[in-house]
Amino acid sequence: MQWEVVIGLEVHAQLSTQSKIFSGAATAYGAAPNTQACAVDLALPGVLPVMNKGATERAIKFGLAVGAKINRTSVFARKNYFYPDLPKGYQISQFELPIVEGGSITIQVGDVEKTIRITRAHLEEDAGKSLHEDFHGMTGIDLNRASTPLLEIVSEPDLRGSAEAVAYAKTLHSLVQYLDICDGNMQEGSFRCDANVSVRPLGTDKLGTRCEIKNLNSFRFLERAVEYEVVRQIEIIEAGGKIAQETRLYDSDKDETRSMRSKEEAFDYRYFPDPDLLPMKISEAMIEEIQKTLPELPQAKRGRFMREFGLSSYDANVLTASKAMAAYFEQVVNQAGAANAKSAANWVMGDLAGALKRDNLEIAHSPVSADRLAGLVKRIADNTISSKIAKEVFEAMWQGEGDADAIIEAKGLKQITDTGAIEKIIDGIIAANPDQLAQYRSGKDKLFSFFIGQAMKATQGKANPQQLNDLLKQKLAG
Amino acid sequence: MSLTEADVKRIAHLARIEIEDKEVAPVLGQLSNILGLVEQMQAVNTDGIAPMAHAQDVSLRLREDRVTESDQHEAFQAVAPQVEAGLYLVPKVME
Repeated sequence: MQWEVVIGLEVHAQLSTQSKIFSGAATAYGAAPNTQACAVDLALPGVLPVMNKGATERAIKFGLAVGAKINRTSVFARKNYFYPDLPKGYQISQFELPIVEGGSITIQVGDVEKTIRITRAHLEEDAGKSLHEDFHGMTGIDLNRASTPLLEIVSEPDLRGSAEAVAYAKTLHSLVQYLDICDGNMQEGSFRCDANVSVRPLGTDKLGTRCEIKNLNSFRFLERAVEYEVVRQIEIIEAGGKIAQETRLYDSDKDETRSMRSKEEAFDYRYFPDPDLLPMKISEAMIEEIQKTLPELPQAKRGRFMREFGLSSYDANVLTASKAMAAYFEQVVNQAGAANAKSAANWVMGDLAGALKRDNLEIAHSPVSADRLAGLVKRIADNTISSKIAKEVFEAMWQGEGDADAIIEAKGLKQITDTGAIEKIIDGIIAANPDQLAQYRSGKDKLFSFFIGQAMKATQGKANPQQLNDLLKQKLAG
Repeated sequence: MSLTEADVKRIAHLARIEIEDKEVAPVLGQLSNILGLVEQMQAVNTDGIAPMAHAQDVSLRLREDRVTESDQHEAFQAVAPQVEAGLYLVPKVME
């Protein structure tokens, strides 16, 4: 039987506020344990939550960016369960009336564009962290993360397979960073996914029983976990079994998913409106203000790059995949001129991206600044150096040897464009290789590259390739 | 809607409230009375009335996003039963 994979994703994006969602404690990552957990986060008796405006604004910004409905009234609810890293015995979340409802984002898988509907996005607080290392048989609790603001973004089950799930997660990851509402740092847990996965016979409409895979904190784990889970479910059904609706955990070491909670009642969260928090009303003025702060979104930027700089859809896609990369590229083009946009794109996507990957660096920390890369692009465009020599200059810039002009000067890399000088070199080579010349003239065209090689060797690669080519052809023809 | 003794035990467990077997029957009676009251309210026609999320008809005040709390973990941990390496220690929990 042919199976169709159906996936919906729940993404938890940590909102980039200074303080927590319901308290004035700091949210900075990496602080010593419990130094950023105040009385409210600890749920000491008598404390009350006070909502952070910054978190509300970021949620609205997201809603506007995906064309969703911003609920003018939304309600906070208590999600009740017992766990030591949840001091109140409930998590404050939103249930019946979330702040954001509906909307969609467009993803690209290969050459195909697809619209993925968003069900809702709601505000909630994060829990603390349990450390299960041995503390004399006890568990250590760090509540620094407790009450950190999260936006949980829930998609409709519109994704058909791991490739689409990853494309959706990546698009969302890029979007929240463009919007500057989440730092997107997956190692630090600022962006995590849960995947609801089910399968059904191809061509049928009824959804199969789903399993939820929790805490996927990398795109690779998301891909692997979904692929494993799909095979597991199909095997069970084909063997005549039934899928049990449950929460599963992906174990990256074993590359498998396994059941997390067996007790059915663990899912009974008994939501009810939190009496400590009044309904949250959003004014039209607030929405208008936030609308004004919306930046150019990735899709619009992609279109503009194609239009203004004549880039291909592929190039524009790669260059707008992250806000930092798009900004870097635009800065290079601003300095080097729009006429050199294609060259700039090749450098950013090629040598620069390669060097960043090699040295495991983010573009924001590139040793070669956008201005310096633009300086290099300009020297290629005005024929001061060939693109081959430019690679050497780039590497020298990467090693911190100065800007392109200084390196070209110091290393004597300036291209030889003087026709007379090139002719002189060619004459010398022809004279020194009479046999090859005779063979070439008798029809062995392949020897042309031999002469090019000799000339490049003689000039240490500095002869202008086009000029050399033309002049050599003339001379060899006799 | 009527509750069973099994429901009472399950609800008690979810709320981590310990009730002895002899208490189950009286608690069942009390809870059923409350549900009876709810049923009475549900019989009222509420067409066109928005559900109420809070008893007071005011809306949430939003606070500016500023860090206003300082580190007081020493004071908080002084009253905690067990602490080590800055962590609150609790009986072992396993996932």
